Amino acid sequence: MSLILDNLPALLIAVPLLGAFLIPIIGRFLPKIRDAWIILVSFLSSMAAVLTAFTVYTKGTLVYVFGAAAGSGAAPIDSGGIPFRIIFTIDGFGAFMLLSAAIVSFAVVLYLVASQKERSGKSEFYALYLLLTAGIFGMVSTGDLFNFFVFLEINTLSGAALVSYHRKGGIAVEGALKYLIVNTVGGLMVLFSVGLLYAQYNSLNMAYIASQMTLTTLNIVALVLFITALAMKAGAVPFHFATPDAYSVAPSGITALMVVASQAGLYGLFRILFTVYGGVINTVTVGWVIIVIGILSMVIGVTMALPQKDIKRLLAYHAVSQTGYMLLGVGVAFAVLGDPAATAAFGQTAMEGGLFHIINHALYKGLLFLAVGAVIYRTGVWSLNKLGGLGHNMKWTMVFFLIGALAIAGIPPFNGFASKLMIYESVFAFNPALSIIAMVVSILTLASFMKVFHSVFMGPKLPEFENVKEVPKLMIAGMVILTIFVIGFGLMPDLVVDSIVTPAANALLNQGSYITAVLGGFL
Amino acid sequence: MIANLPFIAIALLIGIAFAIILLKKNMIKMVMGLGILESAVNLFLITIGYREDGIAPIFTNAPEGVNMVLPTVQALTLTNIVIGVAGTALMISMIMVIYKKYGTINSDKMRRLKE
Amino acid sequence: MIGDLLTGYGFWNPLIWIVVMATGLLFAWLIWRCGESDYDKGTEQTKPYLSGNDEPPKGDVHIRGGNMYWGFTHALKGYYDKLIPLHSGVVNDYLTWFIIGVIVIFVVVMVI
Repeated sequence: MSLILDNLPALLIAVPLLGAFLIPIIGRFLPKIRDAWIILVSFLSSMAAVLTAFTVYTKGTLVYVFGAAAGSGAAPIDSGGIPFRIIFTIDGFGAFMLLSAAIVSFAVVLYLVASQKERSGKSEFYALYLLLTAGIFGMVSTGDLFNFFVFLEINTLSGAALVSYHRKGGIAVEGALKYLIVNTVGGLMVLFSVGLLYAQYNSLNMAYIASQMTLTTLNIVALVLFITALAMKAGAVPFHFATPDAYSVAPSGITALMVVASQAGLYGLFRILFTVYGGVINTVTVGWVIIVIGILSMVIGVTMALPQKDIKRLLAYHAVSQTGYMLLGVGVAFAVLGDPAATAAFGQTAMEGGLFHIINHALYKGLLFLAVGAVIYRTGVWSLNKLGGLGHNMKWTMVFFLIGALAIAGIPPFNGFASKLMIYESVFAFNPALSIIAMVVSILTLASFMKVFHSVFMGPKLPEFENVKEVPKLMIAGMVILTIFVIGFGLMPDLVVDSIVTPAANALLNQGSYITAVLGGFL
Repeated sequence: MIANLPFIAIALLIGIAFAIILLKKNMIKMVMGLGILESAVNLFLITIGYREDGIAPIFTNAPEGVNMVLPTVQALTLTNIVIGVAGTALMISMIMVIYKKYGTINSDKMRRLKE
Repeated sequence: MIGDLLTGYGFWNPLIWIVVMATGLLFAWLIWRCGESDYDKGTEQTKPYLSGNDEPPKGDVHIRGGNMYWGFTHALKGYYDKLIPLHSGVVNDYLTWFIIGVIVIFVVVMVI
């Protein structure tokens, strides 16, 4: 038992990978237990992630060195303070992202087992799904820059393969191809920046580079390439063009997990900005760059979503818009990083609002995509011009969609309201115009979701949808898990903020604690 | 000047790769452009590790007092080559399916997902 | 368990919302109880009254999703006519925006 608890970070990657590699064998020889196997493996990997998060919250930053004897730190004594193995550094922010990935991945597996029942090629589908889960877990835990790039590429490749799965006359493959090309270019730019940093500091360890970082032109080039490539992965304007293409044609459960993968890209961006480059660059300039990207994402995302007629493309544009909220909150916190009085007054709250919005968005956007996927599963139609009156037949789906729509619009008591309130009030203290733009975007979000809700669920029962039944129980079980968290986080926001979000915000704002946790005082 | 030659080659390769990716409409040519970009980044990684008159980084029977080139970047480059192979294979198989379903691989005509 | 969420300039307590909503729902239920409960389903009493005209087929009455915010889209036509063609679907344009973004952010960070 203590062997498992000591090596938890390694189990985070090992359990999904082992499950993924065994699935084709099980599918070939024992196909009846394949569904039970995938649910078991997903449950075990989510449990490993939750246990790791609890260990971090009770014992502080967890540094796990691959291949070293237990108890030795990342920097052995005789190396003169230079760490030289691959490490996993899980601090408050990493634990926060692990929690959101664990919850969403397990709920989506329950949904997928039911919705994929009549499809072919299921073994490879579930294997790719577990690879994507392992990629997300690894990307938010690693403390090594090249390891981050490898997990980024794992996410890109398995995500693109999953998006193209149901070919639908070739349109899914077109979306997947655009997503793959754009993200491969982004990944190569990240590798170029990692090479630039390695050439100057002769190390790939994030903490070591952070302790040695100075401001040269090459470092600024590396920073700019990191910001643009990771913003492209997260779906921020003006790099967002491939995101709605990929999200609208993927199977619905996969889109819910790809939202979490995009936010892992956002994790990488914040880690590079706050921890690796934290004390050195001009935080006001770069903070305003992030704020402008956030405002553009919010406005362009929601205005492109209003005239859409394809239901999943509309939800994908809203994902772009909500990413803007996270960038706005954290950008404001970054812009006032050099000013301790402003940070204590509103910077900390802005950071907490932005980070809380990350987990809220994963939960309610996952719920919305699963509900819309349930509608498409039963009717086979995804154009808003042809749907109507489904509330008579699909009562549970209607309730879940309503909860998700109210949560994304920021209506109390759901979780969207809590994080948006923190962002509005703290951004208002920084610059009132930004907060007003954020509120107008929230109103437009509510408008577009009322449009979708009315045209899909309200109205008289249409004759062509007479025989539409409710979706199978497993799909409802997946949606119930996400709803419990949406309502729970909304009714107890102070508990959630105190226990999960504040450690994450503190871990990002204090660059020194990250460095000393890894290098152990050998500065 | 001679020592800077690889970096000039890398800059030229990245420029050519981006010119191909941005200007060519045939999907196969775009995959080739991505291959050139990946080769440029691999060349950059190897060039970082080079030391003047260095030998291969093997300690067995190594001559005394000679510099060795850096071995870590060689590991990074090998990993990147493997990732590039996987990505290129996936892209080409997707292009094959699109050709079967759409009848064209021109990116101006492959636009059923727009606005 | 349900406590105050402090935002630095105010607070939000979901308990207040629950109390208000419960009171509102209680009033709504009391008003609903005062309605008529004896009526025949399926006869003339439950059909919509359209000044004596026939009820049109169900599919024609429902407003479809694409037509719903016509006024908004028409009012902002200048903005939308520039924005929607930018999302063209051509992969080369996506990467052109990437290069433009890199150059603009690099100039901003270096100069300012």
